[in-house]
Amino acid sequence: MKKTTVKKSETLKPLDRSAMKRREFFKLLGGGIFIFFQPWDTFELFDTQTQQPRSLPSDFNAFLQITEDGTVNCYTGKMEMGQGAITSLAQIMADEIEVPFEKVKMVMGDTDLCPWDGGTNGSRSIRSFSPNMRVAAAEALTILMQLASDSLHVPVSQLEAKNGIISDTKNFKNKVSYGELAKGKRIEKHIDRKPELKDYRKFRYTGKPFLHQDARIKVTGEARFSADIQLPGLLHARILRPPSHGAKLKIADISEAEKIKGIRVVRDGDFIAILSDDREMADRALDKIKAEYSYNEIEVDDKTIFNRILKADSVANIINSNGNIETGRENSDILTESEFLNSYVAHAPMEPHAATAMIEGDKITAWVSTQQPFRAQETIAREMNVPLEKVRIITPFTGGGFGGKSEHRQAVEAVKLAKITGKPIVVARTRQEEFFFDTFRPAAVVKIASGVDKSGRITLWDFNTYYAGSRGSDTIYDVPNSRTTDYGRGQVHPFATGAWRAPGNNTNTFARESQINIMAYKAGIDPLDFRLINLKDEKMIGVLKAAADKFGYTPGKNPSGRGYGIACGTDVGTWVAHIAEVKVDKSTGHVRVIRVACAQDMGLCVNPQGTTIQMEGCITMGLGYALTEEIQFKGGDIRNHSFDTYEIPRFSWVPEIDTVIMDKKDQPPQGGGEPAVICMGAVIANAVFDATGARLYQLPMTPERILAAIKN
Amino acid sequence: MEETVRFELNGKKTEMLSDPDHNLLWVLRNRFGLTGTKYGCGIGYCGACTVLMDQEAVISCTLKVRDADNKKIVTIEGLANNGTLHPVQKAFIENDALQCGYCTPGMIMNAVGLLLKNPEPSQQEIIMGMEDNLCRCGAHVRIIKAIQTAAREMKGGKQT
Repeated sequence: MKKTTVKKSETLKPLDRSAMKRREFFKLLGGGIFIFFQPWDTFELFDTQTQQPRSLPSDFNAFLQITEDGTVNCYTGKMEMGQGAITSLAQIMADEIEVPFEKVKMVMGDTDLCPWDGGTNGSRSIRSFSPNMRVAAAEALTILMQLASDSLHVPVSQLEAKNGIISDTKNFKNKVSYGELAKGKRIEKHIDRKPELKDYRKFRYTGKPFLHQDARIKVTGEARFSADIQLPGLLHARILRPPSHGAKLKIADISEAEKIKGIRVVRDGDFIAILSDDREMADRALDKIKAEYSYNEIEVDDKTIFNRILKADSVANIINSNGNIETGRENSDILTESEFLNSYVAHAPMEPHAATAMIEGDKITAWVSTQQPFRAQETIAREMNVPLEKVRIITPFTGGGFGGKSEHRQAVEAVKLAKITGKPIVVARTRQEEFFFDTFRPAAVVKIASGVDKSGRITLWDFNTYYAGSRGSDTIYDVPNSRTTDYGRGQVHPFATGAWRAPGNNTNTFARESQINIMAYKAGIDPLDFRLINLKDEKMIGVLKAAADKFGYTPGKNPSGRGYGIACGTDVGTWVAHIAEVKVDKSTGHVRVIRVACAQDMGLCVNPQGTTIQMEGCITMGLGYALTEEIQFKGGDIRNHSFDTYEIPRFSWVPEIDTVIMDKKDQPPQGGGEPAVICMGAVIANAVFDATGARLYQLPMTPERILAAIKN
Repeated sequence: MEETVRFELNGKKTEMLSDPDHNLLWVLRNRFGLTGTKYGCGIGYCGACTVLMDQEAVISCTLKVRDADNKKIVTIEGLANNGTLHPVQKAFIENDALQCGYCTPGMIMNAVGLLLKNPEPSQQEIIMGMEDNLCRCGAHVRIIKAIQTAAREMKGGKQT
């Protein structure tokens, strides 16, 4: 048997997950053919929050199993939160291993069943995980062919695999099913070679539209989320929360709370939890706690944060540099310097963070709404001081993540309380807690100095992004003198921030694409033409033209009064362009987005239906950060507690959406969950300018800000 | 103080001893294990907990158990008829009108309530009827299409 070779370097230390673990797999999973494989993408090994290398597992990152009934089980640490990987990964598997689509079963996000994975983020389930899965499937097929050759007594070259059956091409009655071949076997094989892309012309499922495979149980209410796990003796926990970030508990009087029938109070220092088998009794008791806090207020609010960001003691990191900035300035006929602002934005998934935990003997099991089951496992093992294999995280369906479900404090709380009480515990956040503990998309500033010459060519591009993150900050245009600088690492935020769908890119693309339109306007050139003049990137030109065609765009110098906006960018290996039409009520400042056309070049599109839905979802979600979504705060006090003061998109906001997926079947698949959200700020800002002549430099573009811009 | 509350739940007569001020949402989820009805905000701003009460879509997180006394409650679990999906459920599948699926039960129950009141809603009436149900994944355009599909099918007399 081929032995695994694990790449090692000084910074990557093997994480010891003993062979015991694999024996347990087999005990759990029975016989069959097992193929272990590891996504061939070193980025997977980096912690997404800190970008620090983490331990490289000596274990393999996923495996597939052909069972004795011919089912193909794919065990992966990726999870399903609405993005549709449960469907698209199964399509790819069915194609490569030549079984009917229904025979593939995805087992996702269970740390006992699925080997280690770096988490579900960065739109990597397809672009980096699936090519490796294909190789594993191809390898499995090779093994099956060999077994079939032995069983049918014909050479492999004379065999054909189709629909889970291998037949002798000279005598089709001489055949054997995968299940029969796997019966009584336990074959283990490890793959460590780099994947190659299969010829797309051979696909039966990949590239065809498939409906969500989990839809039926989601429309009947059967689908279980982390707060829906029913366990005997389950207690609901409500935890005393500070009124603001940074507040310290001074005194807590729980005497009134304790009078509520059937509740139990658990106190461990500042951690006070009310437990009850009746959620509402826990709610009522929590309200009865009289708590006093000391405050250590940071002097900052939603208006002064931008100044704090610019004045922070930051580390400047030059992302790229080309030519000379001073030469660029000298060669510019028109110079434009702008500053763009972007407020804190909440993830606000419809399912607040939840976890149900149970301890049996020395084994901890927790059902957690998380994008990071393995990181949650590590956190709990560390906090509870137990070995990793004593913690099992199961990721049931997760009600939206968008980056926000990388944090998993609720799981630690549930496990801690389960340990103290010996009972199963559910911690299901209230909406107010969800807003309070969210790891917001960071407030950020982008400063750009750019220049254009008389012919309409961009001569200078000096892009400085502060605290957004560098994703999407690259110069996509063909500029002789350019520089991109990323400022960060200072202590600026009074609360937690984190990855929010296409982290960094929404802010950077808003700034870049707004600036491009400002320059086009100053140069007196139509904004689409201006982009085409300054682009060499064929893919970008392709998506811009496709979006323009779909929209029926005709050139016009801004502001044309038509309310047309345009923006483009790249994210997770995918190119996108948007064109939008808006109507602005100049008396109220209210914007109505009438329609959006979006073209996307993502290489091979595995599931055009799923992709279209992701594009529609991105466009719809993006309306929020563009128009209304903004965390209001003073120091550590978050003022938004629910959807009354934090407005997310509603049915009446949704524009007519037209999508184009470029036909690139011969190219590797790229990310689809995030790209179409990145242009929403700029495409609307540019459309508002075209409608009114008012330029917005700050997101969200609230009616007040639009009215102020119109007045200026 | 606990009182006896009687209502019909998914077609079955139910009698329970409960604090009449308890919210219907938690009673459905915890006393009856009907976890298809979701908590989204607890104060009636998101619609994730929508159920039918006497054929009308209501927000269960702000409704007291006493309000359900002698009423007929239908949750997402009670919508299918012996395994046959309601036309709205079917239309949600066919139109791929969901992503994460968390808002879906509330969306479906509100849509059913809407079609009971107005079997032939215009697109604008659907939008206004669904306006207070929030979806973060952005499935809105498909939910509108699903409701239109269901309305057509129900009008076709396939479901009474």
